[in-house]
Formats: sequence, structure tokens, C-alpha cells
Amino acid sequence: MRRRVAENLTAYGFLSAALVCFAVFSWYPIARGAVLGFQQVDFVTEPAWVGWENFERLFADPLFATAWRNTLLFTALALVFGFVVPFLLAVVLNELRHFKAYFRLIVYLPVMLPPVVAALIWKWLYDPGPGLLNSALRGLGLPGAAWLDSADTSMLSLVIVATWANLGTATLIYLAALQSIPGDLYEAAELDGANVLRRLWHVTVPQTRFVLLVLLLLQVVATMQVFTEPYVMTGGGPEDSTVTVLLLLYRYAFYYNDFGTASALSLLLLLVLGAFTALYLRVTRKADA
Amino acid sequence: MRTLIAPGRAGVGYKIALVITTVVLTAVFVVPLVWVVLSAMKPAVELARVPPTVLPRTWTPGTYAEAWELMDLGRYFLNTIVVAVGVWAVQLAVDVPAAYALSRLKPVLGKGILGMMLLTLMMPAAVLLVPTYLTIADLGLLNNPLALWLLGAANAFTVFLLKRFFDQLPAEVLEAARIDGAGQLTMLWRIVLPLSRPILAVVSIFAVVAAWKDFIWPLLVFSDPARQTLSVALQRFAPDTPVNLLLAGLVLSSVPMIGLFLVFQRHVLAGLTAGSVKG
Repeated sequence: MRRRVAENLTAYGFLSAALVCFAVFSWYPIARGAVLGFQQVDFVTEPAWVGWENFERLFADPLFATAWRNTLLFTALALVFGFVVPFLLAVVLNELRHFKAYFRLIVYLPVMLPPVVAALIWKWLYDPGPGLLNSALRGLGLPGAAWLDSADTSMLSLVIVATWANLGTATLIYLAALQSIPGDLYEAAELDGANVLRRLWHVTVPQTRFVLLVLLLLQVVATMQVFTEPYVMTGGGPEDSTVTVLLLLYRYAFYYNDFGTASALSLLLLLVLGAFTALYLRVTRKADA
Repeated sequence: MRTLIAPGRAGVGYKIALVITTVVLTAVFVVPLVWVVLSAMKPAVELARVPPTVLPRTWTPGTYAEAWELMDLGRYFLNTIVVAVGVWAVQLAVDVPAAYALSRLKPVLGKGILGMMLLTLMMPAAVLLVPTYLTIADLGLLNNPLALWLLGAANAFTVFLLKRFFDQLPAEVLEAARIDGAGQLTMLWRIVLPLSRPILAVVSIFAVVAAWKDFIWPLLVFSDPARQTLSVALQRFAPDTPVNLLLAGLVLSSVPMIGLFLVFQRHVLAGLTAGSVKG
């Protein structure tokens, strides 16, 4: 009995620093966030309860709908590029028996760049005049694009940067998953007369379904919180075409000092992302069991 | 090993696919980076030329030294190193004992604590931005790297990875040390940590890379320009710095991470699959 008490004391001694860090920087902010959404907080006056006023202010802000539309557009485009491209790339790389180390190295290089560096490099590559992209297009006899300077292409341009910078991670995770597929499955499918596309669809995809689903959900959650690229590259423009939910949240908190309304927006974001997170939990739980 | 396409049949088709893949991937992932490194060595006037020159007409490699001077990069490098090394050291000092306690000492409520920690992983980072910022401000930690160190220590993913590794250590080794009368601290330091080098390498690389790449937290915490990290300083300088100097600054600030990757490539890539997706 006494030994058990002593052991518990030692254990809690070991845990104490972590408990303090989690309490102050995770658990308390979670609780505080829920409260802040219903308060007026501006650092000038005492925080006061305002009920649903913060939410009403948000709904009245024309940028609110714009920000959600832009964020959903970013997420959708990021899925088309960031989800499909790495998978197909991994499938191709898995077939190649040469330069494996080189391919692995170069697709992961951009992942090591700080996102601000990647964003600033691409901002310069996108320059419609001397920028590399339009120069290359003109060299191929194709028309250039306005990229970040036009509301029609600005979001797509940001998605390209984010995909370029992060695609290495997903590609290498898929590659590892592909390598664990038993070869006899392909053998058997081929004997049954399945061509390459059918083997891809009936063997490769089902065998990697779990990894695909997990990365899909993680990616939705990550891309809905996009901030660095629009903040550094466009500041939300042109014509508010790249104002994302997080950029709007940042403006409320750090331009207007309206922390209450920013928190209300956080709560709405939580509501949306919570659905995806719950789904992710269910998927990973099932796989564990 | 047998993959989608049967080996052996690979003839001309395979060679064409190999060449196309090599060309496309090199163009997409290597050319932009080489382009930046080279362009930084062109004078500003040459950079404005349409169409651009491929190799610099006038080589000005001195741009790199000039950029270092003009933007005072030494200071921001130091600030970033202080943040990254601090995050790494504090995260290990806090999370290793915690994970060991949860894994081996199994205290009352241990499972509940682990559950509460893992719960924070489900919280999207953006949702906690405002309340965490206000808490940092309340503690008087704005413009103090300690804010980022402590924030980094509250990392449930690290605790989870370490605990899972400690769970798998052979019980006999620990039991033998215990019979020899070793205390828990000695056990952790002398027996467990030397056995845990692989996971410590993975966790350390995660911590340093994440701290170096981080933008939003340093942006919020360091309003004082003298304390900012490279990422925050570079985006502040970007609008009114000559392009060649800015590019040189971007290259220089990426060198440590690229270097780390080239040296520890195996560990970085091992962590990728060990961490994000199980099984």
C-alpha cells in the first residue's frame, strides 16, 4: 500500500511539468475559447457578456460569406490537386526501379522549406512579367496568366503553392502503403484478365483505402485552416478573392482588437471541422479494433 | 517485388515513362529552387529583364553577403535557433518523463490524463489561436521565446509516440535494473533513454523542423522586430527589399533545414511513416 502511494507520487512528479504545460496552453484555452465567443474582449474595457452579438456581427459582415466560400474553394481545389496527384505519383514511382532515392529526395525537398520562404519564392515566380512561370509558358508558345493579380486565378495560384510545398509528405506515405500490398494480388488479378486500370481500381485502391481515407480527412482539416499563403502572398486580395476564414479571424483579432468576434468565428470553424475530426476518429478507431 | 505492372515486360515503355517522370519531377521540384539560387546572383536590373536570362550575365555572388548585412540576418538566425533549440530541449525535458510515467509507472488516472492529452490533437490549431494568445499575453510572455517553448511542450503527439515506444521496451531489462536497486530517474536516464534513441531522433527532428517552419505563432508572439524569427522577419522585409537581396535571404534561411534533411534523410522519412499513419 505504502509502496503504491510512493509510486504514484514518483509518477506524478514525472508528469507534473507536462500537466502544467497542457493545462495552461491546451486545456485552459479550450475552455476559455468557448467563453470568449460570447464576450466582448478588446483589452481596453473589462470583458463583458454580450450573448450572441458576436455571431450577429459576423453574419452581418459581407466578408463572412466570402471567407467561407473562398476557404471551401481552396479546400476543394487542394483536394483535387493535393489528394489525387500524390496518389498517382506514388503509383508511378512504385513502378519505377531506377533513381528511387533521387525521386524520394526531390519530392520531399519543398516540405523542408519554411512555408513563408515557399510563399515568397512563388510570389516571385508568379510575376506576370519576368516571372519564371509566364516566361516558361511564353517559351512554349502559350499565353501567360495573371496568377495572383487576378481574382479569377488567385486562389488556384495559392493552391498550387500549397500543393507543391506539401505533396512530398502524402506521396511518401502512399508509397510506403503501396509497398505493403502483396504481389500475388496483382498476379491473381492479371490471371483473371484484369488490365492495368482495373488492377489499379480493384487492387491498389482497396488495399490502400485506409491510408487514403485518413490522409483525406487530415487534409480537409488542414486546408480549411489555410493562413500563411494568403497572408504572405496576397493579403486577401485581389477583390477579397483570397480572404480565408483564418485570415478574417486574424483581422478581427489583431487589426480590430475584437477578440470576442474572432473567438465566435473560431467556434463556427470548430463546428465544421469537428464533424471531419469525429469522422477521422471513427475511421482510425475501427482500424485499431 | 510484383507491383501493378509485371516486371520483365518493361521495355521501351518503361524507359519512356522513366524519362518523362525524371524530367517532370526535376522541372517541378528542382528547377524552381536552382532558379532562385542562380537568380539571387543576378543584379537587380538583370532580374527585371523579359525574357529572363538563364545564367546570370553578370555574376554577383556578393548578393548573399550583402543580403546578410542589409537584413541583419545574423540576428534573425540567432532568434530562430533560440526558438528551435528551446522548443526541442523543453519538449524532450517535459514530454519524456511524462510519457515514461504514463507507460511504465501507470499512476492512478493515467489513462484519463493520456486521453485528455490526445483530445487536444482533435482540436484544430486555428480554433485555439485567440484564447492561447490571450493566455500568453496574460502571463506576460509576449515577445518572449519561453512562450513558444512551453507551447511546444504541450505536444500530445510527442507524448503519444514516446509512450507507444516505451510500452514496447522489453520488461526483463527494466526489471533487472529495478532489482539492482535503481531509482526511477536512474532507470529513465541510464536504461530507457539509451534504448530509445530511434524514437528520440524522430521526435527531435519533428520538433526542430516544426519550430523552424512555424510562422503564425512567432508572428503573434514577437511583435518586437528585434526578436522575430527568420520567417516573420523575411515576410516583413519582402515588400521593400530589392528582389535579388530578398531571394538571397530566402535561400540562406532555407539552408539549415535542407542541410538537416540531406544529413538525416533516413530519420526524417522514417518519422513520416512512423508518425502520421499507423499500420
